[in-house]
Amino acid sequence: MDSLLFCLKASVTLEDLRVDGRGCEDYRCIEVETDVVSNTSGSARVKLGHTDILVGVKAEMGTPKLENPKEGYLEFFVDCSANATPEFEGRGGEELATEIVNTLYRIFSNESTIDVKSLCINPREHCWVLYVDVLLLECGGNLFDAISIAVKAALFNTRIPKVRVLEDEEGSKEIELSDDPYDCIRLNVENVPCIITLSKIGCRHVVDATLQEEACSLASLLLSVTSRGTLTCMKKLGNGSLDPESIFEMMETGKRVGKMLHTSLQKILDKEESLGTTRQKVGFLG
Amino acid sequence: MAAIEIRLPVARKLVVQSLAQGSDKHLVAPGDTITTDTGYMRGHGTYMGDEKLVASVAGAVERVNKLICVKALKTRYNGEVGDIVVGRVTEVQQKRWKVETNARLDSVLLLSSMNLPGGELRRRSAEDELAMRDYLQEGDLISAEVQAVFSDGAVSLHTRSLKYGKLGQGVLVQVSPSLVKRQKTHFHDLPCGASVILGNNGFIWIYPTPEQKDEEAGGFVTNLEPVSVHDREVISRLRNCILALVAQKLMLYDTSIVYCYEASLPHQIKDILKPEVMQEIVLETRQRLLELEG
Repeated sequence: MDSLLFCLKASVTLEDLRVDGRGCEDYRCIEVETDVVSNTSGSARVKLGHTDILVGVKAEMGTPKLENPKEGYLEFFVDCSANATPEFEGRGGEELATEIVNTLYRIFSNESTIDVKSLCINPREHCWVLYVDVLLLECGGNLFDAISIAVKAALFNTRIPKVRVLEDEEGSKEIELSDDPYDCIRLNVENVPCIITLSKIGCRHVVDATLQEEACSLASLLLSVTSRGTLTCMKKLGNGSLDPESIFEMMETGKRVGKMLHTSLQKILDKEESLGTTRQKVGFLG
Repeated sequence: MAAIEIRLPVARKLVVQSLAQGSDKHLVAPGDTITTDTGYMRGHGTYMGDEKLVASVAGAVERVNKLICVKALKTRYNGEVGDIVVGRVTEVQQKRWKVETNARLDSVLLLSSMNLPGGELRRRSAEDELAMRDYLQEGDLISAEVQAVFSDGAVSLHTRSLKYGKLGQGVLVQVSPSLVKRQKTHFHDLPCGASVILGNNGFIWIYPTPEQKDEEAGGFVTNLEPVSVHDREVISRLRNCILALVAQKLMLYDTSIVYCYEASLPHQIKDILKPEVMQEIVLETRQRLLELEG
């Protein structure tokens, strides 16, 4: 590992050149496809190099939480499939799954991320609960970024059926589903942030680390950045230490890269949407 | 600073089959019947079931006179005497090192099979045993040759020549052992400015060509001077080309790597791993290799 570490350190420190020819702020080629799982309200599959993530969103009726009676809410669940890497065999992936779930909850705890008030049907009685399930199919480095892109794409793709509340004479409320299956509400994902992970190798930091680069980096910074470049959440991973100055540099890089990522992602989601039914679904057998 | 590229997935097209001339290979999956003729001897990758020969691995059937065996596409490395391997030291034990070579068992490098610095020939003493860690530590990469294969399949290595030994700065690419073509020599100095060691175990080491010819990749002094940007670009490009060849399942040997490198020159290094660029480059390489053959 020494020779590998040194080669990586030198190449990243002196010039903007990584082992696979990318610069320090370049992402690998990302492939996004939405609406891959038919029995969900919204789904997305993201392939980032060798990392493969599948996210499904199911909208179900539930009771609002006591502290927020006029809002719906999101529930996250992450499954680290044993297909991804042998380390996830049995209960090996639980620790990583809990970490990802906690990060996602933290990011979405901000009230401006998703308009949860629109998910309310009857205050204190009925609301929409969005169950977001993340499935890790393949682990090729940079999991958090890929998961955040997939969650944003799946929420963009989510179609929640429109419901009407009918009042009876006795006062009991009935919920009526609209007859038209295409009559649905879409979520506004403008403020949903994406996670940018910056790994420190040598004295520089790189975006989108592969498995080898992650093994060589002692510390990484996880930033959650919105499309306007606002930093909403920050977390440090790894055993190494980070200099306060390098943290500021990483934050600037993260904001810059985050804005570019959001523009590219929104462009591709709009393009996919505009293709409509003419789009050829590739799915898993392509 | 280039924009981040996000794209929609495209269904993969099958590579044109007519290019390959020997394309009538009998491909089998585990459980497929190879033949019901009982006159054949069964080799590796097959088993006898219900009076017929059945394949146990996924690959191509090879027949040599009366012997039928199945050569798998993706396997662990099976050692054979005389193979060149690149391995990583995982343990330092009493009189030997355990080396990981992508085989079923860790390979063994005995202290007596290791060159002493200066090329001296003598019995290894207790001091040599204590100084083992100064030669090779856990995590070091070495190039070695297979000396013997034990009965359980574990491989015994030796570095009894100056061209083997600890490897310095470079890039390691891990591929399936069946994609590395067997040749007379596995140490190549490519014309593009880098050198490559094609290990039979699927570990490929790309490193900058050393200036002095006497100082081979062996020895125990690693050169830790910074490698120039130009050399690093060549090495990155070679690495991406090798990954492109592996993705399209082409055999790896010096000619195919050089042709692929030349075909990739019009593209940027990081673009080589894009699916459409990969297909284009490998198609061109395939055509040139076919022209070379006749």
